[in-house]
Order: sequence, then C-alpha cells, then structure tokens
Amino acid sequence: MTNIPETGRTPRVQIRLVIIQILVLSLLGTLGARLWYLQVRNGAEYAKEASGNHVQQVVQPAVRGEILDARGVPIADNETRLVVSASRTDLLKMKDDGKAVLTKLAGVLGMKPQDVMGKVRLCDAKTPQPCWNGSPYQPIPITDEATPRQALQIRERSEDFPGITAEPEAVRRYPAPGDANTAQVLGYLSPVTDDEIQKAKDTDSPYLRSDMVGRSGLERQYDKVLRGKAGVTRYEVDNLGRVLGKAKSDSAEPGSNLVTSIDARVQRVAEYELDTAMKTARNQFDKITGEKYKADSGAVIVMEAKTGRIVAMASAPTYDPNVWVGGISAKDYQQLTGKDSDYPLLNRAIQGQSAPGSTFKVVSTAAAIQAGYDFDGHYPCTSSYSVGGQVFKNFEGENFGPISLGRALEVSCDTVFYGLADNEWKKDGGINPKKGQPKDWFFKTAHQFGLGKPTGIDLPNEVSGRVPDRQWKQDYWKANKDAWCKTGKKDGDYVARIAYENCLEGNKMREGDEINYSIGQGDTLLTPIQEATIYGAISNGGTLWNPTIGKAIISPDGKSVTEIKPKSHGRLPIDAKTRDVMDEALAGVVTRGTAAWKFGGWPQDKIPLHAKTGTAEVYGKQTTSWLATYSKDYAVVMTIAQAGTGSGASGEAVHHIYDALYGVQKDGSIDKGKALLPTPQQGLPKIRPDGSIEAQKIQKYDPNADQATGQDQQGTPTDNPSATVPSPTASNRRTTRRSARPEKRRRILA
Amino acid sequence: MTGANNFSVSGYGPDRAGWTRIFARDGLARRLDWPILLSATALSLIGTALVYSATRNRTEINQGDPYYFLIRHLMNTGIGFALMIGTIWLGHRTLRTAVPILYGISVFLVLLVLTPLGATVNGAHAWIVFGGGFSLQPSEFVKITIILGMAMLLAARVDAGDKPHPDHRTVAQSLGLAAVPMLIVMLMPDLGSVMVMVIIVLGVLLASGASNRWVFGLIGAGAVGALAIWQLHILDQYQINRFAAFANPNLDPAGVGYNTNQARIAIGSGGLTGAGLFHGSQTTGQFVPEQQTDFVFTVAGEELGFVGAGLIIVLLGVVLWRACRIARETTELYGTIVAAGIIAWFAFQSFENIGMTLGIMPVAGLPLPFVSYGGSSMFAVWLAVGLLQSIRLQRPVSA
Repeated sequence: MTNIPETGRTPRVQIRLVIIQILVLSLLGTLGARLWYLQVRNGAEYAKEASGNHVQQVVQPAVRGEILDARGVPIADNETRLVVSASRTDLLKMKDDGKAVLTKLAGVLGMKPQDVMGKVRLCDAKTPQPCWNGSPYQPIPITDEATPRQALQIRERSEDFPGITAEPEAVRRYPAPGDANTAQVLGYLSPVTDDEIQKAKDTDSPYLRSDMVGRSGLERQYDKVLRGKAGVTRYEVDNLGRVLGKAKSDSAEPGSNLVTSIDARVQRVAEYELDTAMKTARNQFDKITGEKYKADSGAVIVMEAKTGRIVAMASAPTYDPNVWVGGISAKDYQQLTGKDSDYPLLNRAIQGQSAPGSTFKVVSTAAAIQAGYDFDGHYPCTSSYSVGGQVFKNFEGENFGPISLGRALEVSCDTVFYGLADNEWKKDGGINPKKGQPKDWFFKTAHQFGLGKPTGIDLPNEVSGRVPDRQWKQDYWKANKDAWCKTGKKDGDYVARIAYENCLEGNKMREGDEINYSIGQGDTLLTPIQEATIYGAISNGGTLWNPTIGKAIISPDGKSVTEIKPKSHGRLPIDAKTRDVMDEALAGVVTRGTAAWKFGGWPQDKIPLHAKTGTAEVYGKQTTSWLATYSKDYAVVMTIAQAGTGSGASGEAVHHIYDALYGVQKDGSIDKGKALLPTPQQGLPKIRPDGSIEAQKIQKYDPNADQATGQDQQGTPTDNPSATVPSPTASNRRTTRRSARPEKRRRILA
Repeated sequence: MTGANNFSVSGYGPDRAGWTRIFARDGLARRLDWPILLSATALSLIGTALVYSATRNRTEINQGDPYYFLIRHLMNTGIGFALMIGTIWLGHRTLRTAVPILYGISVFLVLLVLTPLGATVNGAHAWIVFGGGFSLQPSEFVKITIILGMAMLLAARVDAGDKPHPDHRTVAQSLGLAAVPMLIVMLMPDLGSVMVMVIIVLGVLLASGASNRWVFGLIGAGAVGALAIWQLHILDQYQINRFAAFANPNLDPAGVGYNTNQARIAIGSGGLTGAGLFHGSQTTGQFVPEQQTDFVFTVAGEELGFVGAGLIIVLLGVVLWRACRIARETTELYGTIVAAGIIAWFAFQSFENIGMTLGIMPVAGLPLPFVSYGGSSMFAVWLAVGLLQSIRLQRPVSA
C-alpha cells in the first residue's frame, strides 16, 4: 500500500522510515520482554520482597507449658506480672538516647537511674552486668515487679514515656511445691540470641525475637514442646510505619504441659536428706586428712527400677531457679557461675563424675563370672596384696580369710578383686600382651554395663564417665605424654614420679592399673545416674533402662496426650542365676555387711533392700562417699564428695528416703498411710475437661513426723485420693506476690 | 499534490452541514486515525485511575482531597483533547506558517525559566510557576517547536520540488535551530528533556533524508558530548548517583538505589494479573517515590500486573505504529518529518520512562506520555496527536 511514486519521496527516506519503525518496535519489544521477566518469571520473588517491605509483626508471646510432677503438682508454672519494658530502637531515636525518659522512669519505679540505664545497654565483652544479652530489637524488660499503680502511671502518661510499655505478662515461676526446688533438673530460661534466631530461621520451629529459650535441664530438653507458638499479628504499614491494615494474624498457641515422673514429695525428701547428710558430714572428723569433712557437693537419685523413670533427682549445692525469672542480676550471675562459686548450676547427678570405689565391685563380680570364676569359690581376702614392690591394702587392713564372691561384696573385700584382676591381667599377657586380642573381661564387662557412655537420660549435657581400658590409655597417653615427660622425675615427689612412670609406659595397661580398676579406683569415673542405671538393672533382672524424667506431653487443651515410653539401652551380661546370687549378696550388705550399721531395724523381711557401699579415694582430696541401693521397685543412689565412707556419710539419708517411700516408722513398722510412694506412680494425673491438670495435695516433708503418735497427722491427705474429689490446686501455689526481691530469694544449700 | 479545497478542513462549508460532512464518506470523522485517538484516550484514562490510586491517600500533597489529582488529570486530558481538536482544525499546514512565532515563544518561555520566575521541582529547574497552583514546563513545548521548526527548514526546498534531499546548509541551519533551546534546557538543567531532544533531532534528520554523514556525525557528536559531560563533571551529584544506582541497584538500597529497587519490587510483585486496582501494597504504602508522575508505570505494574502494564505498552505501540504509517503515507516531506520527530519523541520517552522503572535504563525525570500526571506534558502529547491527525487528514485518499 505504500507507494513510492505516489508520495514522491526518495527511497532513502522510505528506507529510513522503515528503520525507525523497526527500532520503535524493538524498543517496545524490549520493554515487554523485561516486563514479562520481572512480573511473570521472577514475580514470586518480588512479591516476597514486597511483603517483607511493608509488614510489621507484633508478637503475642505464647504461654509456656507447665512442668508437672507425677501427681500433677506444678514444679514450673507461670504467673502474671506487670512487666515494664523499654524499646531500645525508640530510645535511640531521641536526642539524648532516651536518658531523660529513663531517668523519669526510674523515678516512677523507685529505682536508681543508672540501674535502669544499665539494664538497657547491650552486653559485650567490655560491658559488665547488668546489661541486655537478648536481641536489641526486642523490648528490654526493666522490671517484672511493677505495681499496678506504677503501670498505670506509665500507661496514662504514655506521651511522657515514649518507647516504654507496661504490660501484664506471663512470667516463668518455679513454685517449689512442698519446698522441692528441683533446680538443676528444671533448668532455666534466658532470652534468645541473634545466633539462635539465625540458625533456627528455616527450621519448623523458628524463634521470635521475644522468645525465652530453655538453657538447661528439662526447660532445654523439652523447649520445643513447652514453648508453644507465639501469636503474630502482621500489620501492613506504609514507608513511614503508619498502620494501613491488618494483614494476617495467628493467635498464640500455648505450649504443651510436661508431666514428669518426679514426685515433688520424694524430691523434697531427697533434697532435704542430701542437705542434712552433707551438713552432718561436715561435723565429722576425717582421720586421714586430720580435719573435718568438707562435703562440698553431692547428688541423690531415686529411680523406678523397672522403668528407669526418675522419681527424684537432687544435686547439691543448689540454688533458687527463680533468680533467672525476669533477667538475672549481675551479682547473682557471678555467684552462680563465677570462679569462686561452687557451680550450683551443675546437675551433679548427671554431670558429676568420680571414681565409683567399691560400688564398682558389682561390675568386677560380673566380670569374674564371665571370665569363668565360680561365684561360690574361695578367694583369699587378705589384709594386703603385693605386686612387685607395690602393696595394695585392703580397706582398713581387714582380713576375712578365703571367702566367696558374694561375701566379698558384702564385706567389700578389696584383696579378693585384686587377686582376680591380677590373674586376668597375667592371662591377658601382662604388660606386653601377645598379638591378638587380650580378653580384658573386666573392661569388656564395664562396657556391657553401659559404662563409659551417657545413659541417655532426657536431660542435656550428660557426661559419659570413663572406663580406663587400653584404648583410653593409649589416647590419654598420646594427649599428655609431652607434659608428663617434661615434668616427670625419677626421684622427684609423688606427682613427679607418677608423671615419670606415665611418660614411660602410660600407654600400657600396667598390673597396678588393672588391680586398682577392679575396685573402682584409678582412672575409673562414673556418674550417679550410671550407678542408678546399673543397680536398677540388677534389681529388675538385667534391663539397662535409659533414665527418663518426662512421662507425657499433654497438649494445652488436654486432648492430646503423648506418652514418653521408657527405652532400654541393653542388658547386663549376667544370667538369672548370677543376678540372684548377687542380689542375695547385696541384701547381705544391708543385713550384715558394710551398710548394716545404718540400716538397723529395717523391715528387711517385708521390704528387702540391697546395697553396695563405696569409698573412693581421690588424690589430694578427702574420700568420696557412694551408696548404691535398690529395692524391688526403686534404685536409690547417693554420693557426696569429700565426706568419708559410703555408709557413714550417706547411710542414714538413704535409709530415710526409703522410710519416706514405704512409710517405715522409726520402730521398723510400716504405716501405709504415711508411705509417699509404696509402689511407683501408675498412670498420669487427671486432666480436667478444660485441659488443665489436676494437682494432688502436697505436704511439706517433716523428717521427724514418724515419731509422732499419729494424732496430729489426722487429716493428712492419702496418697491417692479419689480422682473425683477435686483437689484445691490453689493451695499448692503461692498466688500472692513475692515481696522479696530476687536477690534475696536466692538460697544456696550446702 | 492536491488542493486543500478537496478536503473538508475546518472553516469551509456551511455550518448546518458541518456534522453531516464530518461523518460523511470521506468526511473528517471517517478519515481521522481512530486507533491513535482511542489508544491515546485509553492511555489517558488508565493514567487517571493510576494517578488516583497513587495519590488518594497522600494527604500531604493532595490537600486532603483524594480526588484532587484525579480531577486535575482529567482536566488536563480534556484540555489536551481540546488542543488536539484545535490543531486538527487549524491544520499543520496553517501552523507551518506560524512556526517561527511558536518557536520564538517557546524559546522565550524556556529562557524565562532561567530568570527568577523559574522554579525547581525534584532537582530540575524546569518550571515556571504561575499563581493558583498552575505551573508550566516549557521544555515540553520546545520539543514540539523543535520538530516543527526543523521540519519547516528541512522540507522547504524538498517540498517545493527543488531538491530530493535537504542540502548541508539547510541541515546546519536546522541543527542550529534545535541547539538554541537545547542549550538553554541543559542549563536548567533538565537533562532528561535534553536527551529526548537529541533523539528527536536524530529522528528528524533521519526522516528528512539528510545525508548519512549528518546522521552519523550527530550520533558521534552525541557520544563525544556525553563523554565530555562525564569527564568535565557538568552533571550534578544527584544525576551521577542515578547512573551509579542504575549500574548497581544494590549500591545503597536506602539511598540512591532506593527508587529503582522499590520500583522493581512494586512491578515484580504484581505478577501476571496484579494486586488489583487500589490494592497494591507498595503503592498504598507509598514506597515508590514520584508515583503519580515519573514512576506511574509502577502502579500499573503492581496493581494491574503483566496484563495491565503490558496493555499500556501495547497501546503505546498502537500509537507509534499508526504514527509510522502516517509518516510513511503522507505526501509531503514536511508531514513525514513532523511525524518522525513525534515518533522519536514518544518512543524514546516511553522507553526511558518504562525502562527506568524496569531497571534497564537509568533514572531520568521524564513523564510517561498520556499516563503520567502533569499538565505541560499532557498538553504537549495531545498537541502532537493533533499534528499526527492533521498530517493524516491531508494525505490523498487511498484509491
């Protein structure tokens, strides 16, 4: 249709016009292609970016689930407090970085201005406490103990307090029912860190800036289920932060409740008896060191023998976990973790390890039987055992003549086990074993008992103990030989001579090593929970249970109950017959052996008890007391460092724990009405239709109660009141505000 | 060549017969380029909706009246439409005689900007502000007078049948004619407009049939000029920043690169069908600056999606395609040159404006023809539509 002659124009112009047209089209085509690329191909990506652009989140924290004991009594719950917080972001926008506002706030709260300012500064290497170690974008709590009056003052004059909020918040509380503080088992919470937020960002349970995170104990182990899901309301905002509308809102889901196998009453008994035993030990005179026992730390465990469930677990020294609530003060933190502290945060039941002493002899006995020795054979219990130039003495130089293994357990004869271990060491080839595996029955058996590795309890940071076998010696020597060879001297003091010997042959299993090992000395280390596990296994016929504290997770509405089933990690390498004879021998420890003097009057015919004492020597320190015991239903293990003999330091305490469990009176009679837990707690606490969990009554432990005639015990609640009788849960909780400040609430036992 | 009396151009014929004649076979209405007219109208109306969407919540600039910009955009469109009709009525040939005067007025107006009467808006000193909220951006009109002036000079000898192509002297004269207002605009500085004018000059020269030496010479001069500007630091810092941000949008997302980033997020988030008119969160949240003027395309991108934003490009394409046909089919070189100048202007300005929102062109303060809010721009583009219509009306009827 374009006709060149008609327009009378030259082809040059006509061609150029076509070029222009093509150029124009290609420009438009470019725009179209680019538009498609941005909107259709990458549209989703930009949409995501856009939504991040203009959405602000407001977080409604989820109420953390409660931790309950086996009868539904809360050992960790929540209370509502008025929390006054400051937003750092808002304060920094002010000319003076918010100093004026904080000073005014300090006046309202009756605090010192510098204390308030200290609380809102961020922690770093140079900043001493108080400081804030959570996220800088999260409102920083100034106090969680504001009075309603103070909160009103702040809220009504919000224009005077920009960036300051006063809101009621659910705050963690450790109510210590019946004075059972359970501190180390419960653990504690602290604000989430930026690192953790980053790490958990793409997992199925991301953190919010305002989250508190379990740092140890059950709070950490079950953090995910306890935490719940915070409610998030997303507001659309414009580029100046003005709210345009609500985009999306997820309401907060409270965390699930955790029912544990802990019985707060038994826990209190265990704590009280451990504390008393340590105090008593400190008044005892130690003949070896010539001073009183230090008894600086200890632990006690009450475990259900047939399931591995923990009924009570106490560690000393202890502290009040409420110090963590609402942010810990600098002074408290220093006292709990500083170099001069006695490290009360450690749960010594799972994190304390020491030489097991004679309690280890059950392992050695099993090893001897595996190696082919007859349980009822005759083994010389001499007052000492000499090897080369070394003399290994029996405890206090006793001499019982030739005795069976059972009797050796009862009287805890060291020399019998020295002889057996020495024999095996020689059979295995002595210091330079022949090619091919030495049999190493004593070490193999220890591994079969599950030693040298964690028991798998549902608590974080359990330590593994140590079986000082050939492999370990080799590794340890490799790591330390340089230091040993440097400091070792042939004619130096004791330490230098040991170092010298270690330098030469520390990588080899020496005769003395295996001899020492056979009675749980030397480099052997066990944790109290490992002891409880193996003695529980002897009681239950040989099953090594992974100890558990969590029993069930109950959803906040009570509709979903997830039971935590006990798991086993193996069986003892002993047959039923061996178990029975060992069982008998260990019963003999209570009736006529090393523990007998502490268990006088125990109704052994009705409730057979079994025990093994241990007194472990620790170089440069006083001896560690061990007492491992069990009945048909429970294993009770107590250990106290620097406290003397197993029976001497722990005997009475363990006796009292059994008294409380079974209701045994001073005169040896059994009052079933007073028994706290004659059989392990079956089933779970009753869940009410609204999802809350019914708590049984709890009474404070009175160690002298059984001396009373019974009249003043009228009305004492029975163990298992009918579930239809509503129990006033409020009586178990302190609903009144604590007037004392957290600093004063701290209580360190021992 | 045919005589003007064969055509129903305004002013002849009895009044009562006017409408009849307009809609008669071969009448004015039948011979108007309807695709251009409808596309331009559609673009202006889409623009109205987009401008409204971008400004209805912006109380700080709309004086509390959410319809402030909507009404004014419609008014501007109406005035532009009237200017188009006026242009058609007068005819581009009539205007041809008035070109020297129009050119003089437009140069005078751009000069006025440099006097204290001039005002700075968004970093460009390109405005004359009258009382009562009215202001004028003379550089928009200079674009037209440059096209008309150059076309007048370049086509004079060719349309008279003296020569097949404009000679060197004529080309030099026409370039001088364009250079005067361009230099003034550059002094403002309104670099975006200068860029458009350079492209217009290039389009005009191409269509005039001026020798290749001139065309390539101009391109070379443009490149050297750009280099000189770069090296001699004639640009203001904000202009350099725009280029830096174009090269690397993540350079400083809160500062220089903010505009381009937010614009791209807005468009990208629109997806295929968009968030729906008035539902774009980027737009509602005012994350994109200058959204009713230079960045109006982002509203379309976010709220109307690929479908709506693509429609704007298609409508602009229709205008340009028809303009190309008009340029090719008119009988006079004068008409061809004017049409080509307008094509170069619309095409480049649209490409630059949309391209910058899509991140393929550096940011420059240029409105999107018909769609962006702004009176001067709206009047100028409708005047140009009037010129195109007039050129089409005065070509011979195809057999």
